[in-house]
Amino acid sequence: MKKNKKKNIMTLIALLLFIGFLAIADRIFDSYQMRIINLAGIYVTLGLGLNLINGFTGLFSLGHAGFMAVGAYTSAILTMSPELKEMNFFLKPIMPFLANVEWPFFPALIMAGLMAAIVGALIGAPVLRLNDDYLAIATLGFAEIIRVIFTNTQTLTNGALGLKGLPSFNNSFPYSFVYWSWGTAVVMIIGMVLLIKSSYGRAFKAIRENEIAAEAMGISLFKHKMMAFVIGSFMAGMGGALLGHLVGTIDPLMFRFLMTFNIVLIVVLGGIGSITGTVIGAVVVTVMLEVLRVLDGAMDFGFIQIQGIPGLRMVVFSALLMIVIIFYQRGLMGTNEFRWEWVTSPKKTLTNAWNNRKA
Amino acid sequence: MSIQTFMQHMVNGISLGSLYALLAIGYTMVYGILRLINFAHGDIFMIGTYIAFYGMTAFLLPWWAAFILALVLTAAFGIALERLAYRPLRRSPRISIMISAIGASFLIENLAIVLFGGRPKAFPIAPVFAKIFKFGGVSVVSIQLIIPVVTLIFLAILVYIVNHTKTGMAMRAVSKDYEAARLMGIDVDIIITFTFGMGSLLAAVGGVLWVLKYPQLTPLMGMMPGLKCFIAAVVGGIGSIKGAVVGGFILGLGEIMIVALLPSLTGFRDAFAFVLLIVILLVKPSGLMGKTTTEKV
Amino acid sequence: MKRKLALFLALIMVFSVFAFGCAKTEETPEEVAAEEEETDVVKIGVFEPMTGANAAGGELEIEGLKLANKLYPEVLGKKVELVIVDNKSDKVEAATAVRRLVDKEKVSIVLGSWGSSFSMAAGPVVKEAQVAAIGTSCTNPLVTLGNEFYFRVCFIDSFQGVVMARYAYEEAGVKKIAILQEISNDYSVALAKFFTDEMVRLTGDEDAIISVSSYNTGDQDFTAQLTNIKNSDAEAIFAPGNFIESALIMKQAKELGMDLPLLGADTWETPEVIDIAKEAAEGAVFSTFFDSEVPLTEETTTFLEAYRAEYGADAEPAAVTALAYDAYLVALDAMERAGTTTDTVAIRDAVAATSMFPGAAGIISLDENGDAVKSAIIKVIEDGKFKYKATVEPF
Repeated sequence: MKKNKKKNIMTLIALLLFIGFLAIADRIFDSYQMRIINLAGIYVTLGLGLNLINGFTGLFSLGHAGFMAVGAYTSAILTMSPELKEMNFFLKPIMPFLANVEWPFFPALIMAGLMAAIVGALIGAPVLRLNDDYLAIATLGFAEIIRVIFTNTQTLTNGALGLKGLPSFNNSFPYSFVYWSWGTAVVMIIGMVLLIKSSYGRAFKAIRENEIAAEAMGISLFKHKMMAFVIGSFMAGMGGALLGHLVGTIDPLMFRFLMTFNIVLIVVLGGIGSITGTVIGAVVVTVMLEVLRVLDGAMDFGFIQIQGIPGLRMVVFSALLMIVIIFYQRGLMGTNEFRWEWVTSPKKTLTNAWNNRKA
Repeated sequence: MSIQTFMQHMVNGISLGSLYALLAIGYTMVYGILRLINFAHGDIFMIGTYIAFYGMTAFLLPWWAAFILALVLTAAFGIALERLAYRPLRRSPRISIMISAIGASFLIENLAIVLFGGRPKAFPIAPVFAKIFKFGGVSVVSIQLIIPVVTLIFLAILVYIVNHTKTGMAMRAVSKDYEAARLMGIDVDIIITFTFGMGSLLAAVGGVLWVLKYPQLTPLMGMMPGLKCFIAAVVGGIGSIKGAVVGGFILGLGEIMIVALLPSLTGFRDAFAFVLLIVILLVKPSGLMGKTTTEKV
Repeated sequence: MKRKLALFLALIMVFSVFAFGCAKTEETPEEVAAEEEETDVVKIGVFEPMTGANAAGGELEIEGLKLANKLYPEVLGKKVELVIVDNKSDKVEAATAVRRLVDKEKVSIVLGSWGSSFSMAAGPVVKEAQVAAIGTSCTNPLVTLGNEFYFRVCFIDSFQGVVMARYAYEEAGVKKIAILQEISNDYSVALAKFFTDEMVRLTGDEDAIISVSSYNTGDQDFTAQLTNIKNSDAEAIFAPGNFIESALIMKQAKELGMDLPLLGADTWETPEVIDIAKEAAEGAVFSTFFDSEVPLTEETTTFLEAYRAEYGADAEPAAVTALAYDAYLVALDAMERAGTTTDTVAIRDAVAATSMFPGAAGIISLDENGDAVKSAIIKVIEDGKFKYKATVEPF
């Protein structure tokens, strides 16, 4: 009991420190660094959604980009001013009932999540009966179908032209965007921890370990799979909306399979089934992609100069990724989570890790 | 729609379907044995076309020699891919191996952009493949006649190997029960290597025929056909070679016919494959010619 | 619960390391300015798709930029350095890449990109950073609309669509047209729309456009759509779209025994179109920016000579290569007129004032939106070459 109280206090302090960090970062960093921090925060939300579906419940879904598209478009259409919409929809006017809608960001963000969750429920109902590979390919198929539909609905999404001028919500309120991106991420992290610790979370894990045994124990497969899928879709929708507002413009091509793959990558790198891992994975991947940019330019090692090879960055990045996949299959964290004991008794932690290195 | 128009659509659909079928066979073979969606299969197909291209342009080989070179090297490439990216994960959860396949695909595409450049290359076509025949109002290019014939020849060879040779028997055994096959003294590694080699070889055949019909090469050319051909394999019944061919034809003809019959839906053409996939999965998950398997407890 | 939050501590550490690692290099603007004066280097930022789906287009433009940099390496006595970043054919990446250019690299001006959607992603960034950006071949009207920091050296879709419709009606004398558009490409969809409107206006016939069929970026089989068109009353096909797909459309139309005139737009002026479609490309007519036979300006000749010295005596530059080259020239010219390489707002004002500038791809004057008002060239493919047909003045 006493120990718990101590940990809670530490957690609270950590949270306050983090908010402090964001406030300081907002002051002293330039926009480029802030953008990377923002992106990392958004990827945390997106990664957690996918990890809930893939990592904790063991449903291999590859449809994340589709739900992101639903969320991004919902939020964009709801928050853009009527004048902006008129400017964007210069080929065909937008549907009349959406033309004069202008919501503040917060309700639009929640709505984006809800729309994605509804679509998730509609898709989940038929496909969740399928097992691994079939489910993967069916969800991928649905994501593509969503994209093709958005490309063809000129009066709803502006089709291939995309939408431009999404409100950035930067510096509105006393907040800058970083409070939206990381605020959402923090709420999602807390929500995930509570969910995974609850009886639902235990049921998810049971389904992941062995469906048949879980069902025999009286766990309703459909109910729990659906729940994980819908909550994951909700997070994808919110993440998609945040991403849209960060970039300021969206179009259907943004949400190709490559987008899903980026998120899968974050989850795999961090550890399938670890919340801590996803957070670390999101930060590492976002930062890495920027750090590796030097590879595309000309490099000067003092004694030798290399002409820039365009595309080298992505080759190195994908090669590093393959190395991680093949040699560290469990990712950085495996299914472990951060524990205060690591900080309070590091020696013990390291000894344990050393003793269990083979496991 | 006049009869000529309909015939023209049929000709177009059959040649497209044959190409899909060749690629789908590779998916179905690998899946049958390893239970793995080889996401990089479309990229193996792309590599095959580039080998043929460089064989003809850089090494000035006659077209037939370049094609044979492409088949051999692509098969080797497929085998190497299995060794490096899939074998180390043989005992891992299915998810890891699938992610490895997606990662491999990603790596091959990025490498191709650096090595071959992003600009499309025009494939040199020998005149024999480009003769245009007219039957009434229907136009047929010689390659469109060659494609289905080649597809059927390779299908026949493959069915023979699988059903009437020792290797084929071993392949069937491995796909039935991997562990039991090993205990019976089958060298599983060799069989898997052979399967990958065959599948990649067929991808190269498909690739060469593909660029004879659509003569341009880009590093990302394998993405969409790859995805569609996997769907074709699922529709036909994954693990069944004849099923893959049937699935390929259904997909090819379906794509053409949806445009033919419903011209207003042309923008949705790419979604057809996915809609078909989902319908099949919901109605008959084992595909048209697949066997229903029960989950082992 | 606690563990989770504890994780923040870890995060803070990660961030701190990363952030302060970067923060060390922070300098005040004054220091930067002082440094720039000393180093005598002026940085021009370029963001182009070097990888991903549009790598081909990016490659063509970078050719032009590097060539321009080679010919004109200096401005105001300072060496010009091109800082080229990859936008991965991805919007999110494009916005981040441009942020990097303006914040980290402290470039004086930004050039790019192939593909309007990436330019649209860069829009808010350059606006906020108050650095001018010059678009190379992004023709979507939305790129510059409502953004006083974005300019471009190409004309926009609305102009080009009208030019082609007038050509079809007045020169080719066709009254019934089938459209084949690339539905997932903003450029193609917009051109098709403006073409349709103008055609209907000219003919006074609501049904002048017989059919509109679509395909997707990356498609390789168009036989179904073409067979439908073949069996309709269409007298010509208007098929604006990416050159990769367009070349295959030409080839397949020929194979189906169609001899309808094919009409297109500036993307077709790419050597690969002729390489891939070969004789099937014969007779295709399209509008474009620039012509090598009838040099528009002195600069055209300079550009062509340099290009052929670099890439072979009979090399044909793509239109977008010339546009990228021009974007660089306009940037240099603006800096010269502004008399500064550091004051980005002054440079922006100088770019906005660009008028009658002789570029390789025509004379460039920017209107109040920042769009180039320039004449269009109509070309036809004959004997495996792009042949000049006519010039259409802006209206």
